[in-house]
Order: sequence, then C-alpha cells, then structure tokens
Amino acid sequence: MMEIERTIKYDADRVKGFGKEVMGVSGCEQLESCIQCGTCSGVCPLSIYMDYTPRQVMALTRGGFKREVLRSHTIWLCASCYACTVECPREIRITDIIYELKQRAIHEGIYPKRFPIPVLAREFSEMVRRNGRITEMLLVMRLFLKTNPWAAMGNWRMGLDLLKTGRLSLATEKIKGRRDLARMLDAVDAEKGAQA
Amino acid sequence: MKYSYFPGCSLKGLGRAYEESLLPVFKHLGVELEELEDWNCCGATAYMAVDEGKACVLAARNLALAQQSGHVQMLAPCAACYLVLNKAQHYLHDSPAMRTTVDHALGTIGLKFSGALSVRHPLDVLLNDVGLEAVRQKVRRPLSGLKVAPYYGCQMVRPYATFDDQYNPTTMDRLIEALGASVVRYPLKTKCCGGSLTGTVPEAGVRMVYILLNEARKRGAHCLATVCPLCQFNLDAYHAQVTSQYGDVMMPTVYFTQLMGLAFGLEQQGLGLGRAAVPFKWRPGTVPSPQPEVQSGEPQLKAQSS
Repeated sequence: MMEIERTIKYDADRVKGFGKEVMGVSGCEQLESCIQCGTCSGVCPLSIYMDYTPRQVMALTRGGFKREVLRSHTIWLCASCYACTVECPREIRITDIIYELKQRAIHEGIYPKRFPIPVLAREFSEMVRRNGRITEMLLVMRLFLKTNPWAAMGNWRMGLDLLKTGRLSLATEKIKGRRDLARMLDAVDAEKGAQA
Repeated sequence: MKYSYFPGCSLKGLGRAYEESLLPVFKHLGVELEELEDWNCCGATAYMAVDEGKACVLAARNLALAQQSGHVQMLAPCAACYLVLNKAQHYLHDSPAMRTTVDHALGTIGLKFSGALSVRHPLDVLLNDVGLEAVRQKVRRPLSGLKVAPYYGCQMVRPYATFDDQYNPTTMDRLIEALGASVVRYPLKTKCCGGSLTGTVPEAGVRMVYILLNEARKRGAHCLATVCPLCQFNLDAYHAQVTSQYGDVMMPTVYFTQLMGLAFGLEQQGLGLGRAAVPFKWRPGTVPSPQPEVQSGEPQLKAQSS
C-alpha cells in the first residue's frame, strides 16, 4: 500500500486567533499587509534548508496555523541576518516576527527535540542569568553535552587550534552585579505574571 | 574624543584578537576608551529568541551604566553588541510598553536610562570622528601590494544602516585604502556567514562559510577583513571542516584593526596576530605570495551537490 500524506493545510488545522495574536505584538503589525511576493524567500540564504520558506511561514502565521509554524525548522534556521526585513516591499519586520515565533515555541516547549538551536538559546539565556556574561567555550560544551556529545569529538581539530592560539579559556566570566541582574530579570517576569 | 568602551563577551573570549588590536590602534590615534565598569552580556541574537523584554533589559543595564558614568558615546566593536544595543534603543523609543518594562526593571536596582547615549561602531568613529586624514598620517608601513576582501556581514548594516550604505557599505573599503592596501570587488560583503549555524547545523553553516572564503579567493584577495568576532571565528576556525568538505580554501581572515596596527607599525604589541587558525603571515614591505591557481567554473563539491 502506498503511504500518502496531505501536503496542503485545511481550515480545521488552524488555531483561530493565533494570527491576530501575533500581529497584535508591537513590531509585527505589518504582517497583515503581506502580499506573498516571495522576496523574503528569495533573499534568505537559508531558505534552501527550510521545511517552510519564509513566505510560507508568513502566510501560515497570518492564517493561524500555529502548530505548523511553531514546529517548523524554519524559525530555528533563521540566523537573524535581516536580509528579508530590509528587502520586504511591505516593510514587514520578518526577522522580528520569527523572533516572536521562536519565543512562543520555547515558551510552549514545542520545538524539534534535540535540535541544537533552541537548546543553544536556552543555555545562552541561563548562562547570562547566572553569570551576567557568556564564556563561549563553556557554552559550546554545554550545548554539545545536551544535544550530541559525539559531535564534540568530531571537532577535536578546532579544539586543538583554539588551544594553540590561546583562545580556549574555560575560566567562567562573571560580573559583580549578578544579584542586580537577576532582580531586573525577575521584575520582567513579575510584570508579565501580573498582566496574565 | 572619549568613549565608553563596551567590549562584549566575544572580545574577552574567542574574539580577543579584535580587542588586542583595537585598543593599541585607538590609543595610537589618541582616542580615549574607558571600559564600562561591570558590563553584562548584551543578549546577542540568542536572548531575543527567548524573551524580548528581558533582552532589552539586559541591553538597557549597560546603557544606563554608561550614562551614569557620564558618557554620551559608547563604542561597541562587536557587530552583534552594536546591533543589540541600538535595537534596544529603537524598541525603547517606539514601544511605550517596552519603555515601561525596562524603566521598571532598571528602577528595581536604582538605575535610570534617559535615552541620550549613542552607540557607535569603530568604523563610524574612525571615519567620522577621527577622519581618514588622521589615519593616513599615522601610517608608517603602508600595506602596499596587499589585496583585501572587505567583509561587513549582517549586523552592522541590517536592519539599521546608520553610518554606511545598507547594500554597498564602503567605510572599511576606504579605511583599507587609506592604509595603502587595495580592496578587491567583493559582492558578498554583506552576505550572512551563518552565525551560530556553523556549530548547530554545520551542513548549512559550513557551506555558507565556504562560499564566502571561496569568493574571496576567486577575486584574488590575500585575506578577508572583518568587523565582527563571530564572522571572524566562522571564517577562520571552521577552515578544517571547509577543507574536508569542499577542498582547501586557504584564506586568512583578519580584523580591520589588525591591518591598521600593521600599517601603524604596532606589530610589537601583538595585535592578536597569533590567534588565528589560518595565520596571516604577510607583513608590510614584502611581496604577498600569489594565490593558488583558481579553477574556472564552479568548484567541485566533495560532499554533496544540491
């Protein structure tokens, strides 16, 4: 028996209100006026690796296909180069909309499992919260540990290069105002909690 | 000329060669830099993906601290820091809700940010405050014969192009020419290097690096010059992966400040020249070694063709 899969989306797949919700976020309003010209997909250096092109993500988001966009690889493959944003003829801030979608995917815990990019974002933010600064090599090691420990072995030559050129420092960078920083970040959470 | 200096995490880590060349060069030009006391990570692109409000708060603490210490200008050499610190200011200006969030968070630790701080890139300061004439006067050892591919990357010109052209930036081109070197036409000067994808999705990231290196080689450049520690790291440290997948592309990548240091005759100060995986061995006064034979047409892909 031949396995077939529907390749277009039906109305029933929509989460009503999702598009409006995203377009209600400051900076994302312009999505409403997308003309689906595909300029974003054309200039995106990563669209060839994406499951949905940026143009499709814009259409799906506006149409309320929440599950599809939040689970897509596209939002994580975006490297924030802003090429789409500066080229969009409707001045849609596509990169910022993708940031908004990333935040929602992390918040709801629905991103492709063991996909290193969201793990990097989380590890990054936790390290900043803890120390106030990033110690790059420690961040990279945590990332490999949490996703693919064996991949780290494949990078031994780079490790050696970094060691030889004095760039492989593992001493944790910390700021003095760590408590202040945590208090500020907590204040943002408290404000959000009060609004919810 | 006095600026608050925001190094950012990379300039203390993988990108320390940038700081090691920037500081002596700026000192030599008489520009005073005061490192911001107890600065924190700007948040980079990663924090924006987690929480926009917190990302702005992180940036704002640095802006407020700089203002508190009496500065009106901040120098942010890392392209990511430069963008984030500017972007946070745009958000504060455009969104009253973000302003409230940030003001409140800063208030919990007794800080305030009025918004009158301009965050500048070193190229902006060099061309518009110091001036190319002053730079030219400091050149002791002109970089004659050196051909450089100027690579700006994304974040200096996108989404905000504040002091240079968004599509064809030329500030670094003009600076390199003032040092006595020549620039090759490099149409990929603002194409993305892949950012952190080199580590997270190497099949995409390493290929992007290869494209940039190979284009510089095809154009006959002796080296690439960058303005960003992540670009420099990608173009330099992934050389082994690029070689094993696509063939050898021996193309050193230096910071524009390292070229300045060489032209000013500051080599004895190190300039971070020993930090690269693909060493930049050329020195002023010598003839650059010719580039390896360039194959015509599309280069062969050892791994896969798409």
